[in-house]
Amino acid sequence: MSNKYRLSSGGQINRSETISFKFNGKTFYGYKGDTLASALLANGIHLVGRSFKYHRPRGIFTSGVEEPNALVQIIKDQGKTDPNLRATQIEIYEGLNAISQNCWPSVNFDLGSINNLFSPIIPAGFYYKTFMWPANLWENVYEYFIRKAAGLGKSPTKKDPDIYDHCYYHCEVLIVGAGPAGLVAAKTALKAGKKVLLVDERSNFGGNLNFSNNDYNKVNELSPLEWIRKTCLELQGNKHIKILDRTSVAAYHNYNYLIMVQNLTDHLPDKDKKGKIRQRLWKVRAKKVILATGSIERPMIFDCNDRPGIMLSSAVRKYANTYSVKCGNNISIFTNNDDAYETAITLHNKGVKVKSIIDIREKSDGTLPKKCNVLGIKIHWKSAVIYTEGYKKINKIYVMKLSKDNTSVVGNKLKIDCDLLCVSGGYTPAVHLFTQSGGKLDYDEKKHYFFPKKSTLSQISVGSCNGTFGLKNIISEAQEKTREFLDIKETEQFNVLETKSGTFENIWLIPSSKISGKTKSFVDYQNDSTANDIKLALREGFKSIEHVKRYTTTGMATDQGKIANMHALGIISEITNTKLGELGTTTFRPPYSPITFGALVGRNVGQFFDITRKTPIHDWHEKNNAKFEDVGQWKRAWYYPSNNESMYDAVQRESKAARTNAGILDASTLGKIDIQGRDASEFLNRVYTNAWSKLAIGKCRYGLMLNDDGMVYDDGVTTRLSENHYIMTTTTGGAATVMGKLEDFLQTEWPELKVYLTSVTDHFATISVCGPHSKKILEKVTKNIDYSDSNFPHMSFKNGLIDKINCRVMRISFTGELSYEINIQANYGQSVWAKCMVAGKEYGITPYGTEAMHLLRAEKGFIIVGQETDGTVTPVDLQMDWIVSKKKYDFIGKRSLYRSDTMREDRKQYVGLLTKDPKEILEEGAQIVAEVQNKPPMDMIGHVTSSYYSPNLNKSIALAVVKNGKKLKGTKLYVPMPNKTIEVTVSDTIFLDKEGKRLNA
Amino acid sequence: MFIIKCPYCGERDHSEFSYGGEAHLVRPKQPTELSDDQWAEYLFMRKNIKGLQYERWNHSHGCRRWFNMARDTSNDKIHSVYKIGEKANK
Ligand SMILES: [Zn+2]
Repeated sequence: MSNKYRLSSGGQINRSETISFKFNGKTFYGYKGDTLASALLANGIHLVGRSFKYHRPRGIFTSGVEEPNALVQIIKDQGKTDPNLRATQIEIYEGLNAISQNCWPSVNFDLGSINNLFSPIIPAGFYYKTFMWPANLWENVYEYFIRKAAGLGKSPTKKDPDIYDHCYYHCEVLIVGAGPAGLVAAKTALKAGKKVLLVDERSNFGGNLNFSNNDYNKVNELSPLEWIRKTCLELQGNKHIKILDRTSVAAYHNYNYLIMVQNLTDHLPDKDKKGKIRQRLWKVRAKKVILATGSIERPMIFDCNDRPGIMLSSAVRKYANTYSVKCGNNISIFTNNDDAYETAITLHNKGVKVKSIIDIREKSDGTLPKKCNVLGIKIHWKSAVIYTEGYKKINKIYVMKLSKDNTSVVGNKLKIDCDLLCVSGGYTPAVHLFTQSGGKLDYDEKKHYFFPKKSTLSQISVGSCNGTFGLKNIISEAQEKTREFLDIKETEQFNVLETKSGTFENIWLIPSSKISGKTKSFVDYQNDSTANDIKLALREGFKSIEHVKRYTTTGMATDQGKIANMHALGIISEITNTKLGELGTTTFRPPYSPITFGALVGRNVGQFFDITRKTPIHDWHEKNNAKFEDVGQWKRAWYYPSNNESMYDAVQRESKAARTNAGILDASTLGKIDIQGRDASEFLNRVYTNAWSKLAIGKCRYGLMLNDDGMVYDDGVTTRLSENHYIMTTTTGGAATVMGKLEDFLQTEWPELKVYLTSVTDHFATISVCGPHSKKILEKVTKNIDYSDSNFPHMSFKNGLIDKINCRVMRISFTGELSYEINIQANYGQSVWAKCMVAGKEYGITPYGTEAMHLLRAEKGFIIVGQETDGTVTPVDLQMDWIVSKKKYDFIGKRSLYRSDTMREDRKQYVGLLTKDPKEILEEGAQIVAEVQNKPPMDMIGHVTSSYYSPNLNKSIALAVVKNGKKLKGTKLYVPMPNKTIEVTVSDTIFLDKEGKRLNA
Repeated sequence: MFIIKCPYCGERDHSEFSYGGEAHLVRPKQPTELSDDQWAEYLFMRKNIKGLQYERWNHSHGCRRWFNMARDTSNDKIHSVYKIGEKANK
């Protein structure tokens, strides 16, 4: 295998385990322990993508979660694919197949890079300014090109076959981050016997110390790596701690509620992934949280700082020490601090040529710069890299001296050849989770970073995320703050050996010798925003940092500006002459790093996505070929096609049969509330618009329920079973909310009423039998009920027996036909239904579904709450004044019926519509106009709420709400459709049997 | 993502509860005697305070009881929970 850039020894990779993988279709080799990024670099590959706007070649820039450039798409079998993954985090495995994103047709030949030539005309806000008008170009032209050019990965088109899990967890102490600070905090917390959870997003612990130089740092006489391993072993042996690796905290919410995602199988070869849970979403409640999230190295912002081969200095060090990969052969380093010198020494010791170090500082009295001097590495003090060259890979840098005040460059331009430029702009504390939790930041004007100031939760930050740098400081702070936080007496001695460090100096935007506006100094690599874009935004009047961010899109890519944010803020503060502390930061929002939809959804997919409620008679419907309709969570029989009937034909047949012979409907889904107590009648008086006190025992009454705003909320029939006992029915969809509303009033407004509510929806099966033969069928099915009209009139109820089982029979009708409703204990539902079918056979009993039910009630003009009403309709609008009591002192919604707006005469009112052509069926939801114009807009005066072809009337009928409709009876109106205009006449809402004779047929 | 102490059940996760708007709005005993403005004031107008707010909550996936809560809306700190009819502990 040709790992040309692999060093001959060292690293934490397993050289005995070679792994092959594909990148952009070509096969490469790496070792077990490599990331995709380290394996590519070992093969000499830097160029991995194209930039978002200008399609400039981009290379691997970091070694971790903050990576802005190296986004790849992973291709798996069965059409499965994962977009937007960072090559720096993907652990390679046998069979890995990754491709570059955001380049078309290929990473080496990219058509979009023509944008780069046009870059002077693609400034900040370009998309906002250009793609605005005319609107129809959006659909056909702009969107197509923007989508093609944007190319941020492709979403999979097939169902995700992987298994995801959710897990709740409670602990006393959660420690986020297993770098030196997190490890010491964990050790300390365990001294108090606390239940500890320690998580880290990486697979190898120790944070940046993991790839620190062995010669310069020691803890308790051990090398960094030895100390990390020993500490991890100690922790693993303690039963009070749970340790999760490859686990990233996505969100930190109030009350110490944290969401994290654990990667379980992504690093395994495909064959070992099978049947295993891919990711687990942890929902953690912690009594106390210790944040040890570390810090992220900053880049330097200078002209053409985005070429492949320009990398963060700490990343280059990590590739060398952890993966034994040299990122170049001829290296220059551009820095403003001492940390980069450790990279130089590491590389030098591994035999890699470090040609020059360019340092913006006057000098440094640290140990490492001195050592570099001794090693003969040329240091250019008080100098800056001002420009780079090399299209697909850097090959030259230009260096100039900085002026005294660092605002310009002076003297001769020095040209240095190189194939790698390490940049180090100091470290930014990773305060993302701290601010997500509601913590407030402070800005250190000397050290140039934001750090945690005030936390509102039981939480501390330790280590570099708290702005504490230097191994000795980090370890001692982690121990001391943890001891104080958890009230721990014991202390442990840590002997830390570290180097002396010089001070760090900062320039947000490196000056250039070019005239302003001609440079391309990239601040946000992923979204391609430059320092000039930020300047332009400020010139155009954007002041708030949140506005500048949105206008330039800086920090808005998938990396959420982990690399970009600080410099964007710094540049704004310099230009506007505002102190950074006063400027503030943009909001850090969850998730900290992108998470999969699979992890969010967990097991709630397919049949587990939502609860499915089935009636006790469901199996019968299924066996008899019913098509089902979703009503809330319920599956309701919609219609029963026989012999390949169309839906239309089936509904026509069912509706006809219900009026000529007998129909049977499963009404079990209707909400049922059992109401008992001394004040039950008074309670009903208050919740319904009509009067209830005089309803005789054994009688049923239709009731309309309003909200206090006067709008119709629900309806249904309520039956008085005994003096203080009622059974209320509600609409199927309204059952839970009506119950909630009634409970609310009882508990909070009318605690003096003695009333008890029980939801009994699922306790009863409800079978409705209607039609001229329904009485004869009921007589055969039930015993001991006298069905004579005098004994059992419309709107009354009887207790009965079916075999030995008690049932309630209500004579109520939603179809306008003679109709009975059997309510029986749910588990008998199916057998009673079957009994009705047998008994009704000689009368041609026909099961009908919800669609025929809707048609039948429309013939009678009965409303359906939620179809004829939409929360803006009063009973008066519905021409149901008859049900609104004028005598009752109060009921819910009464006062609102007398507001000036609800009393307006020209409100939309409930009417019937008949089409000029009786065969023409209107579309539900169609708009109605009084006058037709040549083209829209036209004044819309209402809309069609229900529309059917009535088989019993042999014509099309429709219900609608129309402005001033009550007065428009007989008037011609129009329903404009895309290809024609339909003429209609306003009619009464009752189309069939106005006198109600059929109820007693 | 609060932890809420139901006055009847004790500490439970936020997900068991539902929010019910501003507390201590007493439904007028004689709505018919109110002017449109007075009725609208009761029906539509809500304070929506930044800071300490008194609000109704329902332990909807628990005991189903309504209760009141004093919560600082600026930081979601719950200062007290108390039963309907009781006064908030200040
Ligand atoms: Zn409760």
